[in-house]
Amino acid sequence: MLDDLSRYLGSESTRQLIVDQLVQHVELALLPLVVGVALAIPLGWLAQRHPLLRTSLLGVANVVYTVPSLAFFVVIPGVIGTQILAPVNVIAALSVYTAALLVRPVVDALDAVPGHVIAAATAMGYRPLRRFLAVELPLAVPVLTAGVRVASVSNISLASVGALLGIGGLGALFTSGFQTSYLPPIIVGIVLVLALALVVDLVLVGLRRLLTPWARAGGAR
Amino acid sequence: MIEFRAVTKRFDDGTVAVDNLDLSVAAGTITVFVGPSGCGKTTSLRMVNRMVEPSSGTILVDGVDVRGVNPAQLRRGIGYVIQQAGLFPHRTVLDNVATVPLLSGWTRRRARARAAELLELVGLPAELGARYPVQLSGGQQQRVGVARALAADPPVLLMDEPFSAVDPVVREGLQDELLRLQAELDKTIVFVTHDIDEAVKVGERVAVFRQGGRLVQYAGPDELLARPADDFVSSFVGRDRGYRRLSFVDGGGIEPAEVPTTRETALATAERAPDAWTLVLDEEDRPRGWLPPRSGPAEEAPGGGVRPGGSLYTRGTPLRGALDAALSSPSGLGVVVDEDGRYAGAVSAEEVLAAIRRRRDEAGAGAGGAA
Repeated sequence: MLDDLSRYLGSESTRQLIVDQLVQHVELALLPLVVGVALAIPLGWLAQRHPLLRTSLLGVANVVYTVPSLAFFVVIPGVIGTQILAPVNVIAALSVYTAALLVRPVVDALDAVPGHVIAAATAMGYRPLRRFLAVELPLAVPVLTAGVRVASVSNISLASVGALLGIGGLGALFTSGFQTSYLPPIIVGIVLVLALALVVDLVLVGLRRLLTPWARAGGAR
Repeated sequence: MIEFRAVTKRFDDGTVAVDNLDLSVAAGTITVFVGPSGCGKTTSLRMVNRMVEPSSGTILVDGVDVRGVNPAQLRRGIGYVIQQAGLFPHRTVLDNVATVPLLSGWTRRRARARAAELLELVGLPAELGARYPVQLSGGQQQRVGVARALAADPPVLLMDEPFSAVDPVVREGLQDELLRLQAELDKTIVFVTHDIDEAVKVGERVAVFRQGGRLVQYAGPDELLARPADDFVSSFVGRDRGYRRLSFVDGGGIEPAEVPTTRETALATAERAPDAWTLVLDEEDRPRGWLPPRSGPAEEAPGGGVRPGGSLYTRGTPLRGALDAALSSPSGLGVVVDEDGRYAGAVSAEEVLAAIRRRRDEAGAGAGGAA
């Protein structure tokens, strides 16, 4: 077993292939994370401000998230007019998933900002947009990061499905392993997916700590 | 000056929060809006900086209709202190205070320098500036709230139940602090509270509101306590309003009497009156305590047998202090001191009550004459 693994990894070209696929996987999983967050924040902001939009947007988000990813990957080229094998399909689909997953945490996080803090900001002379960026959004970061962490793990695992359509990423290691009944690529794929998820999660936790020095001040009184 | 002209606020659900309010707040004074919850006092306050828009009527600040001013611009020129302070949890104390100057386009450096000045003004140590609000006590947070409202030196300050979330002792300290600041800064302040004690303490003028947003009485605190306009006001100001009112009756009619005194340094050899309490004074004539009549030789009792005195009454201040002094003194005599804290005599509770009675008769005669 270990012999198989070391023989598999012993080849220079295989290692190069694995690295390429890791890089592509990162791109497939994390680009949508950024796009999804960028979509979810304004959508959550709208939903939080208008009661009617809240119900409809959260409803749509729920439905979107239940569409199977494979179906999505197949339908998207038809909608946005791309080639069926283009990586952009996966990126678009995962962006939509991420946004759908994050709208609710954004709304919840904004709901959790204390009313008297918002009223104070208004009374100080903040206009709504600046108040959102300078007061509400920073205060939403802890709840928002929790949502982003879930979305990042979900994206990293979902991006593997792209391999079924012949789009690269670490999922390609699974498909090739299954096709040839050869275990090593599958093991390497699993380990790398898990490691990637872990690293990204740590980065997100670090990012949250960096953005919320105030949240740790509580115990220091 | 702030003027409400026939201002009505009707919410979408039909409730009338403020009903045809006509009122003017004089420049450089503290005016208190007081009343039970749902009386429209906060709504009235928030219409001044357009956080709430009136359904009809006009509000003028220094003669300018607020509706003609851009809301954000208007608010940067009006200080606002909110319940529970409403500090930004994600910003340091210093940056919280610097909020309005930064919004108005000051450089960060200048805004922070100004913020540091304000922390000092409200009596907070400079090192608190680097902390986050959650690391401060409730009272400190409120002071930061006041500092933040004053940062851009606005002529008008709106205070919405600013001290209601802190405990009574801290609240009293904050009220004193506000009065001290006001003596220095001379702002036009509108202060909202549901606490009548707070209203008569900080207010130079008090507007009493009742449910449905109606203004029922607008008067000085003394007038309010002495002559409530109707049953609502009299029940709102409470049963003990007579005692409360003593805070506003000056003590001019009090004649302090001489009592036996002795020096702290001469306690051992002092002559003690056989049937009267002897007041012990220090080198500078400041009262130190009372020696009971016919007490044994001072050396025999620890501490020389001196009982700690009660509160002191400074001559010329309101009668409430005189009554407190008399009631809290072990001898039954309230010690009267001059402005420098030197002994000037003593008064009994009976004498204070007699003075109050004389005042009431004079006031009654005055009111009768006017009617």
